[in-house]
Amino acid sequence: MTTLERAQLQTHAQPRARFFAWLPQRWYVHVFLWASCLFIGFPLFYAMLVSTQNNAQVFAYRFLPGESFLDNWRIVMIQRNLASYMLNSTVVALAVTTGKTVLSLLAGLAFVYFRFPGKWLVFGFVLITLMMPTEILILALYNFVTSLGWGNTYTALIVPFLASATGTFLFRQHFSNIPAELSEAAQLDGASPLQFLFRVLVPMSWNTIGALAVIQFVYVWNMYIWPVLIIQGQERQVVQVGLRTLIGGDAALVFGPMMLGAVIASIPPVIVFVLLQKQFMSGFALGRDK
Amino acid sequence: MSATTPVLITTLAALIGAGLMALTFQRMARPAGVGAVVGALGGALGAQVFMLPLEYCTFASAKTIDHVIGLALVGVGMALLLWPANWIVERLRGGWRGLLIGDTQAGAFRGWLTPALLLAPTLIILLLFLYYPSLDTLWLSTRSSILGIPGTFGVCVDNFTALLNDASYLKALGNTAFITVAVVVFSMALALLIATAAYQPIKGARIYRTLLIWPYAISPVVAGVIFLLMFNPTGGIINYLLRQVGISGIRWLNDPTFAPWVVIFASVWKSLGFNILFYIAGLQNIPKDLLEAASIDGANAIQRFFRVTFPLLSPITFFLLITNTTYAVFETFGTIDYLTPGGGPLQSTETLMYRVYRVGIQNNDLGNGAAQSIILFLMVIALTVIQFRSTGRRVNYGA
Repeated sequence: MTTLERAQLQTHAQPRARFFAWLPQRWYVHVFLWASCLFIGFPLFYAMLVSTQNNAQVFAYRFLPGESFLDNWRIVMIQRNLASYMLNSTVVALAVTTGKTVLSLLAGLAFVYFRFPGKWLVFGFVLITLMMPTEILILALYNFVTSLGWGNTYTALIVPFLASATGTFLFRQHFSNIPAELSEAAQLDGASPLQFLFRVLVPMSWNTIGALAVIQFVYVWNMYIWPVLIIQGQERQVVQVGLRTLIGGDAALVFGPMMLGAVIASIPPVIVFVLLQKQFMSGFALGRDK
Repeated sequence: MSATTPVLITTLAALIGAGLMALTFQRMARPAGVGAVVGALGGALGAQVFMLPLEYCTFASAKTIDHVIGLALVGVGMALLLWPANWIVERLRGGWRGLLIGDTQAGAFRGWLTPALLLAPTLIILLLFLYYPSLDTLWLSTRSSILGIPGTFGVCVDNFTALLNDASYLKALGNTAFITVAVVVFSMALALLIATAAYQPIKGARIYRTLLIWPYAISPVVAGVIFLLMFNPTGGIINYLLRQVGISGIRWLNDPTFAPWVVIFASVWKSLGFNILFYIAGLQNIPKDLLEAASIDGANAIQRFFRVTFPLLSPITFFLLITNTTYAVFETFGTIDYLTPGGGPLQSTETLMYRVYRVGIQNNDLGNGAAQSIILFLMVIALTVIQFRSTGRRVNYGA
């Protein structure tokens, strides 16, 4: 807890009724928040529970962990090859996140620290793409990417997503708020634009970089319709589509492996989000310390 | 269509453009004559933007609706040229240099080659993978094009007029509206309720916050998989709980009345974290003295919420309204495809996005799918424009 939060905690402390003195301050807020956390967490708890059970236990509504976790694990990881889907998703998500961040940094640098003719036009060109979500263009994009011969490759999952209007816009905003004296000083010292970017700007931009990395990683990891279209085989398929193999065609649903798969597929994005939560908040100027 | 139709339309567009721009120039205290010339040129050229590729086919048709669409396209084309023209003229006040260079910081680096190299990768990718497919979608939407069959031919705006008479398309439109409104209302209301408790500086606030917002990182697909279990009629916990209170036998995903609700519940769950996050941030930015002043004036907690807090939150509410709508229209695809592959009983969970996929990919009808995409495109443009126009206000409030 920051000092600020502690100070506010004290100013908000209300005189407690003597009878309830053993309760924490404003206990009803705690009760409500606990209930909310349980409500929101419930679907995932339930999925975790079922991931240790076999179908008989699921249908018998046994609300205790079962013994089938290892069996389910074997089905998911070995029979259905989820490990390879996870690896593919990791490769694609990391590549897109890194590439997008670097390209957006370069574009932000060009937009804020250079004078060149037609700048607003070029910026407008980038900004307008905010109105072009890939989902809408999927048919034409599919035609184009297949005509490039990229069908069934990582390239098709990575390259079309490397540029980002959001990222460019975010870094442009962030750089514009950095005092101009810094770039003047860098120029006087004879630093090249790229040296200035990596020695001065990047160290001052970790929050923005973290925020962009979170949304991009989560976005790419959770991408679904595009890989469904462009990847046919199993070797390069991503995990969001791979989960389909756990549901199977006409066979009856086997819930244990399904839930285990769903839980495993959620671990990387949830960890990235929770770890970079602080950067996410301050990078978007959310919360009070802006 | 007679040979004179293009001439007639172009002349009309030029006249309207000239009139509009002359008025605009006059209002900006600039010579109206110049405005008339700019407007005439912009109008005449704007009319060609869509009509030249379409070869004025909308005016050759016997159907009234085609003529109406044709006129609308002429209008849109004119706006596409006249609006930037208007903007350039406004910018010209700062001289040609201002137009070319725009705002820069004082200590900027010089030269055009370096920025060109820095921007090249971004611009090339945007051009190839967003601009080109957008134009190609527009082009495809006026063709009869079946995937796998070589050769296409122009069908003017028939793909669009066909949609107007297509009962299943209109049904998908209704489904989308229903699911979107339900997701937006439930998710945002619930999020605001939880956020009003979670934003307060109490012990463990940060832990509560993390435990409340993590579903942001869950994918629509995983939400679909988990809710497939929860709402399973015989093995799912929801029917188990309902049986305890005497309700039994709801076949959720096989029932056209209930199937959309499962999609809604899953989507609300998945989007709740994001909304809580933004409402917490919004609530923390509300000046404490305003609330204190209200309570000194005798306002009780409920009055304070509805008279002070909620109005001050409106910029965040508005922002969330737009992002949640976008989410409900596009991102629910994964949830729907896992819960009810194919679009559910009686196509009750088929949204507009899902139908683009079914018609364009599964049925290989690219022309029809592209026309549907263009309609979605128009919706996105409308949402983006609304969002941009209000951003200025949002920043002022949020600070």
